[in-house]
Amino acid sequence: MISALRSAFFATDREPASLLARAASFALALGVLSLVCFGAFSALSYHWAWGPVMGYWRLFWRGWLTTIGIAALALPLSCAIGLAFALLRRSAFLPLRYVARMYVEISRGTPLLVQIYFYWYIFGQQLSRDFRFLAGALILSLFSGAYLSEIIRAGIEGIGQSQLESARAIGFTRAQTYRYVIFPQAIRQILPPFAGEFASIIKNSSLLSVLGIEEFALAAGSVSSVTLGYFESYLPVALGYLILTLPISLWTQSLEKRARFET
Amino acid sequence: MRLALTHLTKSFAHRVLDDITCDFGELRSLALIGPSGGGKSTLLRIIAGLETPDSGSVALDGEPVAFADEISLRAHRRRLGIVFQAFNLFPHLTALANITLPLEKVHGLAAAEAENIARETLHRFQLADHAHKKPAQLSGGQQQRVAIARAIAIKPRLLLFDEPTSALDPEMTAEVLEVIEELKDEGRDFLLVTHEMGFARHVADRVAFLAGGRIIEHAPAEELFAAPRSAECRAFLARILKY
Repeated sequence: MISALRSAFFATDREPASLLARAASFALALGVLSLVCFGAFSALSYHWAWGPVMGYWRLFWRGWLTTIGIAALALPLSCAIGLAFALLRRSAFLPLRYVARMYVEISRGTPLLVQIYFYWYIFGQQLSRDFRFLAGALILSLFSGAYLSEIIRAGIEGIGQSQLESARAIGFTRAQTYRYVIFPQAIRQILPPFAGEFASIIKNSSLLSVLGIEEFALAAGSVSSVTLGYFESYLPVALGYLILTLPISLWTQSLEKRARFET
Repeated sequence: MRLALTHLTKSFAHRVLDDITCDFGELRSLALIGPSGGGKSTLLRIIAGLETPDSGSVALDGEPVAFADEISLRAHRRRLGIVFQAFNLFPHLTALANITLPLEKVHGLAAAEAENIARETLHRFQLADHAHKKPAQLSGGQQQRVAIARAIAIKPRLLLFDEPTSALDPEMTAEVLEVIEELKDEGRDFLLVTHEMGFARHVADRVAFLAGGRIIEHAPAEELFAAPRSAECRAFLARILKY
C-alpha cells in the first residue's frame, strides 16, 4: 500500500515517474490550485459580470497585438544591444569597457519604470506620437539588453583558455575566433537564460502603458475604469501574457535538456 | 629547419628563460628535455608565436620572428602546426570539421578541396571511420591523432609538439608516438617537448637539455643520452631512467 502510494506520487532521479503518475499528480495540483482560487473568490463574494467587459473585446485584441508587436521589435533589438555591450566589455580599449560596465550597472540597478520616464522625457518628447511605439520598444530593449549582455558575457568567458589558444595557434583573427570558436560554443550556455529573459521582455512591455502606448495592460486598465470589472478586465490579460510566455518557458526547458545531453 | 635563439629571456612570476643564446644550425628534428619548470614548454610556445619574450629574438630559417607585430606574428603561426598536451580540439565540431575549418578559413581552400585533404589525412591515421564524430566521442589517443592531422593538413613548415603524450595512458601513447615517428620518416621537421626519453632518443636528430631556464647542453640524440657532458643532465637522466 505504502509502496503503491510512493510510486504514484514520488519520483527520484533513479526511478522517474510513469506517465500515469505524472498525469494524476498534475490533476491533483491543478485541483488544489483551483480550490484555493475558488475559495478566495467566494470569500470575497465577488459579483462576476463578464457582459460589459466582453463588449470591449476589440480593445483587448488590439492591445494584445500591440504587445506582440512591441515584443517582436524588442526581442531582436535587445539581442543586438546585448551582444554589442558584451563585446564592448571585452574591448581592448579600456574606456569602452567602462562605458559598457556603467550602462549595465545602471540599467540593471534601477527600476524599468524610472528608466522609461527618464528616456522618454529626455529623448522621447521631441518625437511625434507615432514614434511612441518605436521609442517604447527601444527603451525596453535598452533595459533588457543589459541583462542579455551579462548572459552573453558569461557565455563567452565560459569558453576555456585552451580553446582560445588553439584558435590563436591555427592563426585565426580575433573576429574569426569569435565567429568559429567562441559563439558556436557559447550559444549552448546562453540560450536557456536567454529564453527566460525573453519572457521578461514580454511581461515588462506592460509598463510601457505609462507612455500611453495602447498595449495589452493599458487596454485592460481602460476597460476596467469604464466597467469597474477589475477581475474581468485583468484576468484576460494574465491569460494573454501566459499564452505568449508559456511556449517560451517550455522551449527553455527543452533547450536545457538538450544542452545536458550533448556535452 | 634552422633555429637560432639570441639572448632569449622570459619571466612570469620568476625567470623562466634566462638569457638563452643558442644556434642549433640546420636540423630536422629537435627534442627538448629536462625537469618540469625548466622552461621547455615556454621556449616551444615562444617559437610557436604564442608567447612573447621579454627580450631577445628567435630566428627560424634565418627570418626573425616579429613578436611586436600581431599581423606578421599571425602569419608566422599560420605556417606552423602546433599540437598541445590537452589536444585542444574544438568540441563543437566533428573530427573532419576540426581539420577543414583552418584549411578553409585560414588558408583559403575551397570546401571540397579542404574536405579531400581532411579525409585523406584522417584515412592515413586510421581515423576514416571517426570523421563524423565529435571529440567527446573519441578516445584520448584518437583525439590527439586528429589534432596531429589538423596540424599537418595545412602543410606546415615546422611541427611543434608540446608534451603530446603526457595526458595519455601507455597504449594510447604508443598510438601517438607511432604517428610522430611516421612523420619523421616522411622527412617532416619538428620540435618536440617530451618526457618520453626513449622516444626522444629514437626520433630526434638533436636533443637539448633545459634546466633552470637555460639550455645546459645540446647534442645529437645518441651522444647526449650515451654520454651527457653536464652534471645536471647526467643526474636528470640517472633519476629518470632508474625506473
